[in-house]
Amino acid sequence: MDSESLLLSLELASGSGQGLSPDRRASLLTSLLLVKRDYRYERVLFWGRILGLVADYYIAQGLGEDQLGERKSLYSLNCMEWSLLPPATEEMAAQTAVVKGRFMGDPSHEYEHIEMQRMTEGDRTYEDEVVIQIKEESRLVSVIDQIDKAVAIIPRGALFKTPFGPVHVNRTFEGLTLADSKKLSSYFHFVEPVELKNKSLLEKADLDPSLDFMDSLEHDIPKGSWSIQMERGNALVVLRSLLWPGLTFYHAPRTKNHGYIYVGTGEKNIDLPFML
Amino acid sequence: MEVFASPKPEESQEEDKQEKQEEGGAREGWQPGEVAPPSSSQDPEPEVADSLKEERESAPEPLSRDGTPPQSPGSGERASGAPSADAAVSPAPSEPSSEGPQLRPGPQGLTSPITPEQDSHAISVAGEPHPSCSEQVPYEREATLHLTGSEESSSYLSQQPQHLPQDLNQNINPPEEQADADSFHHDESNSNSDLNQLELGLTQKGAPEPAAPSKLEIAAQNAKAYLLKKSSKSGLNLYDHFCEILTRILDQRPENVVDIIENISQDVKKAHFNKKLDTLQDEHEVPLAYELAEKQKALFLQGNLEGDQEQEDEILTDTQPIHTCRFWGKILGLEMNYIVAEVEFREGEDEEEIEEEDNIEESEADEDEEDELPKSSYKSPQVIPKEENRTGANKYTYFVCNEPGRPWVRLPSVTPAQIVIARNIKKYFTGRLDAPIMSYPPFPGNESNYLRAQIARISAGTHISPLGFYHFGEEGEEEEEVEGGQDNYEKNPDFEGIQVTELVESLSNWVHHVQHILPQGRCNWFNPIQKNEVGEEEEEEEEVEDEEVEEKREESDNIEQETGPPLLTPISEDLEIQNIPPWTAQLSSNLIPQYAIAFLRSNLWLGAYVFSDGKKFENLYIGWGHKYSPDNYTPPLPPLVQPEYPRRIEIMEMDDPTVDEEQAFQVAQEKALFESEKIEETEEEDDDDEDEDD
Repeated sequence: MDSESLLLSLELASGSGQGLSPDRRASLLTSLLLVKRDYRYERVLFWGRILGLVADYYIAQGLGEDQLGERKSLYSLNCMEWSLLPPATEEMAAQTAVVKGRFMGDPSHEYEHIEMQRMTEGDRTYEDEVVIQIKEESRLVSVIDQIDKAVAIIPRGALFKTPFGPVHVNRTFEGLTLADSKKLSSYFHFVEPVELKNKSLLEKADLDPSLDFMDSLEHDIPKGSWSIQMERGNALVVLRSLLWPGLTFYHAPRTKNHGYIYVGTGEKNIDLPFML
Repeated sequence: MEVFASPKPEESQEEDKQEKQEEGGAREGWQPGEVAPPSSSQDPEPEVADSLKEERESAPEPLSRDGTPPQSPGSGERASGAPSADAAVSPAPSEPSSEGPQLRPGPQGLTSPITPEQDSHAISVAGEPHPSCSEQVPYEREATLHLTGSEESSSYLSQQPQHLPQDLNQNINPPEEQADADSFHHDESNSNSDLNQLELGLTQKGAPEPAAPSKLEIAAQNAKAYLLKKSSKSGLNLYDHFCEILTRILDQRPENVVDIIENISQDVKKAHFNKKLDTLQDEHEVPLAYELAEKQKALFLQGNLEGDQEQEDEILTDTQPIHTCRFWGKILGLEMNYIVAEVEFREGEDEEEIEEEDNIEESEADEDEEDELPKSSYKSPQVIPKEENRTGANKYTYFVCNEPGRPWVRLPSVTPAQIVIARNIKKYFTGRLDAPIMSYPPFPGNESNYLRAQIARISAGTHISPLGFYHFGEEGEEEEEVEGGQDNYEKNPDFEGIQVTELVESLSNWVHHVQHILPQGRCNWFNPIQKNEVGEEEEEEEEVEDEEVEEKREESDNIEQETGPPLLTPISEDLEIQNIPPWTAQLSSNLIPQYAIAFLRSNLWLGAYVFSDGKKFENLYIGWGHKYSPDNYTPPLPPLVQPEYPRRIEIMEMDDPTVDEEQAFQVAQEKALFESEKIEETEEEDDDDEDEDD
């Protein structure tokens, strides 16, 4: 959620039971502003909070001009001092896929993973156990990246794409209508589209290339992995992801307020198909 | 379109090409023919945006065409056409002077903020939303173009491809962004520069022109026709749209019109569509929110809060004879959420229900006796009776509602069977109490039962209190007591509170005050071997540590007694989950430790929180209602296929013989038969012989 509308956004997202205490909010407000100035970001988003066993990570993201472009992630343990995280790479994702369980809360903590690797020495090959150390920081980075790719969402019309390429915030976005806000198709993944190209021409004909340039939520697998609820009697629509429990997206229809926040343990819910 | 197939003067064509190619092509399919020397004659207005200004200056200069009179007459024509909403494709060219005055009163206001120096004629003309004309117009045009989205523009585009010698790239996949306004400015200015006769007296010129040459007239007609052309998608045409925008602007006279011109254009568009629908939509959508707000207001007005209760509980307490009521928490569901209240009834209130259930059980027993079919010797495991109300897992009754303001629904008591199965399944709540739970093993009951079972498990697992807050009652402590010794706890009047920091540091300062649920599904052990009673009586269970009782039960050897940690054990003894401590303790704030609250999070049940400030404490659960496990959930496998009947000597299962075997068997049989025949024959022969001998 935007750091500018932080307080309001936190109120709106609190239906999932995740909130911040007043002093955290106050420190977030000031520190996010400083981050914006220091790193010269266009927008700073408060991404959320990953609960660790010992401490929690507070995550923020900074965006440049292009909304779909590179996003820098920062983390903090006390909402005051932020440290930049390295960008996510595929190796990191592969490595950290083997780590299960909760986050410790200590960024220098290393997970030990024992792997059997074939080593060749001379003529003989044997399998040896190799202990691979995986830093919690890289796990953090890849989890943030995965969550962003999977479940960061944005309502249709909030961003638009210029012919030159960059994606901009749509200043004339007035919010979705009530009817639209209940449909999954009015929300897009806030990430480079993957399935868009596979759509048939017939479907594409109805799309507006300046607005519909991201994947919509309709075709997410498994079906039903989003729970849409209206709260406060149609004054607020809340989407919760069941695949990454803890991700809450809120939007007040007919207004510009929207945003998402993740507060959770940072683990995917692999049991989802059993639970639906 | 056909209108545009007009004669094309050569030079202008070339120039057009140059310009258009330079700047990426004009969006409006201005025919080169109509293009007249551009804004070279126009002076860029100082107030107009700088970018546009630059464009104009750069663009016209290379092309500078001389000798073309300012275009006021041509524009005058069009200007007249605009207010009259003349749909005629080719308005007769009229004297500019005569039309000028018509226009003057109208658009005057518009241009005033932008070009104050214009004379009336120019103003009237400039007011016209003509693409080629004043620089203001390009603004509006661009704005409109921006906001039109690709549809309208593309429709324009699509209808004019053949007329454009150059390609109209870019343009209209527009961006409703100011950033691209620049490119548009380019295009605009180009087209502007291209269209000589379409020059409007943006400029201070305003001197009435002599009668327009016929070329100009045709061009003007073409331009107007173009403007009047309807968009295929929305049925609007640019001409009318511009008129509406200007009308609105002049009516409202907002400040800094040029800055908000896009919004105005957009609003005008919206107004087109929403006029009739608005009232309907509003009525339908808004009242729902209002209703709820009304209900909640009524609740708010009523009574006082008590601790952690929400106001809605007030209504609850009025309708039911309730002893204590507590806000338990919130369980999230797919379609709706549950708000749960924990309620303890006053003594004696719930007996009616028990009686009913007894009746049901009796009737079932009767039916069994009447059954005459051969009874299978299979005895299903005896149904473990549920605990009585106000004991064990059913100590509290729970009410749920979906949203504050809705009526409260009472959840049924939980049976041990439900708890046992609830442990094995993991399903999301949908938010409807009567939804069936489809799972394996099949859950006996619907969502309300599952919900109740989860609530019971969560309470048993996570309700804790600071050490010393509760202590055992004075009576009934002896171990020989069959039951109840560990059920009762009372608030300790001597409790003085523990320091917040201590609460956080050590987990042993917290104790469970709800009984642990045994694997059987109850808090007190029930011995199902007693065959005499069929579920009616509840065996009062022997104390866990009572050895005498165990001796008695040695005969029933198959079932072992299940034990669980006794009440009021500190949570430091909770099992860890794969090296993860079961609780995480924190102070709520690091900045002001003296006012901070100790705060515990359960790692086993995600969403269970406990907080205390030393003296008071509270438990809360907000979450999905599932237990946490770092491993995946594997549904239990179905049981093995049972043998149909026990193996005994008479009945043996064998595989059917294969064809080969059968044939071999047959052959063997024939052989045997043959041989036996032979033997018979020989025997007969012998007999015969014997007979003969005789």
